[in-house]
Amino acid sequence: MPARAADDPDAIRAIPVRHWGRWVSGAAVLVIVAWVAWSAGRSGFIDGRTVRHYQFSPLILRGLRATVELAVAAQAAGVVLGVVFAVMRLSKNVVASWVASFYIWFFRGTPVLVQLFFWYNGVPSVWKRITIPVPFTHLALYSGRTVDFMTPFMAAFLGLALNEGAYMAEIVRAGIISVDEGQVEAAQALGMTPMLTMRRIVLPQAMRVIVPPTGNEFISMLKTTSLASTVVYGELLRRASDVYSSNLKPVPLLVVASLWYLVLTTVASIGQYFLERRFARGRVGDRQDDVGSPWERVRRAVGARPRW
Amino acid sequence: MVTAGVTPMVRAERVHKRFGRVEALRGVDLTVQPGEVTVIIGPSGSGKSTFLRCINHLEQISAGRLWVDGELVGYRQDGDIIHELREREVARRRAAIGMVFQRFNLFPHMTALENVSEAPVRVKRLREATADATARRLLEGVGLADKLDCYPAELSGGQQQRVAIARALAMEPKLMLFDEPTSALDPELVGEVLAVMRSLAADGMTMVLVTHEMGFAREVGHHLVFMDGGAVVEEGEPRSMFANPREPRTQAFLSKIL
Repeated sequence: MPARAADDPDAIRAIPVRHWGRWVSGAAVLVIVAWVAWSAGRSGFIDGRTVRHYQFSPLILRGLRATVELAVAAQAAGVVLGVVFAVMRLSKNVVASWVASFYIWFFRGTPVLVQLFFWYNGVPSVWKRITIPVPFTHLALYSGRTVDFMTPFMAAFLGLALNEGAYMAEIVRAGIISVDEGQVEAAQALGMTPMLTMRRIVLPQAMRVIVPPTGNEFISMLKTTSLASTVVYGELLRRASDVYSSNLKPVPLLVVASLWYLVLTTVASIGQYFLERRFARGRVGDRQDDVGSPWERVRRAVGARPRW
Repeated sequence: MVTAGVTPMVRAERVHKRFGRVEALRGVDLTVQPGEVTVIIGPSGSGKSTFLRCINHLEQISAGRLWVDGELVGYRQDGDIIHELREREVARRRAAIGMVFQRFNLFPHMTALENVSEAPVRVKRLREATADATARRLLEGVGLADKLDCYPAELSGGQQQRVAIARALAMEPKLMLFDEPTSALDPELVGEVLAVMRSLAADGMTMVLVTHEMGFAREVGHHLVFMDGGAVVEEGEPRSMFANPREPRTQAFLSKIL
């Protein structure tokens, strides 16, 4: 609005405060980082050739795929279990609420590594056969030796999913109770049943609170799958350790695995950003447009000139 | 307004409501005839909102009897035996009663149009196209034809409350309850909401309204009810009651706010 420019007050042109302390501490940090990198490179600690050789090798890629499969399956099951147990925990049915509380207490309170051993070693040693019967008959839907059923994948999946379900139940519960009571009343006043109210009104709004910590859970899950190497599931870490147990070069192979974990978690956090945006619908104040996408933020940060 | 032989829309007999040790309602007696606009006034804590919420069973009454359109609220009577209703049946009865809240309570994750068409589609199971057309017509009726795709957070308080009224009307209710519909609004936005309610009353909608808008009560109300201490203290025709309140408590209340 050039016409109004004449009325605008003069912009302040002042010499900004100089933050000498920041420059000194910044330089010190750079020196330390450079020194660590230089000494690591000189010692041959990271063998770049071996890393490059194995980074895309078929064995490692198969492990990568197994890691993703396990993480996605366990997280998906964990979310479903979480919703079910959160609703049970908040239910007026005392038995349901008590069972849910017990489940959360038990699976959150024991180490996931112990749970993995339990499913893989404990269960087959006690129950020799697994039979899923048709109730009240002698027919069986499934019957087999437990060791055939409890494959490394199955044990890892059960252990991680049940453990994750307990954490997700608490996250979903927090989301549900964050929704304003007036929303439930408005839905009820329109004749919606409690089920319909939960599905159409409460859960969609709870998602805004549920999605960010769920993203964290998934990122954490991608890394926790490495525990499945202890029950001989052929995921990324297991494949890497198979290689270095024969070539005796643990560091390059651990670097290979770590780089893949970093790729996976980076992709997951980008996905999380878009999911959060999706569930911020209708919340003007909370919309992230004002902050900008991660890419915009990077551009802004790089584009910003240091002022002196 | 009272016509012999017509079932009252709302009939309350000695309705009590206790919250723990607090007795919010201590024997409310009230009759609302079809097509009538009943305005309930009274000091805060007098139980007027609680009573309104009992009418569509958002609160369960502790004692007494409450009927809507000849049916017990929350119960089914079989001769002398009274059965509590299932959630599903309670929901079905609520679907025939519209309610407008002080804090609007629009669904923030849905646009204005979706707010209005949600219950007709999910509860009445109307086809989406049909419900959409009705929702459009209702939103046009409350002057929001250009806000169909706005989310509640993008609307002013007055606009939100008008969407809330359209949302309640979409269920074609036989009775509309208004719980202080203008109390959360900026003063300059009160008029637009009252205008919508006025035209609704002119169309013959049966309305029960808790409000502090005395002008509206006088002009539009057919039946004025003054509540205090969880009971009806005085009721009558609004103009004469404003002019000559009989009860000392009514006189005291009106002298403070008029």
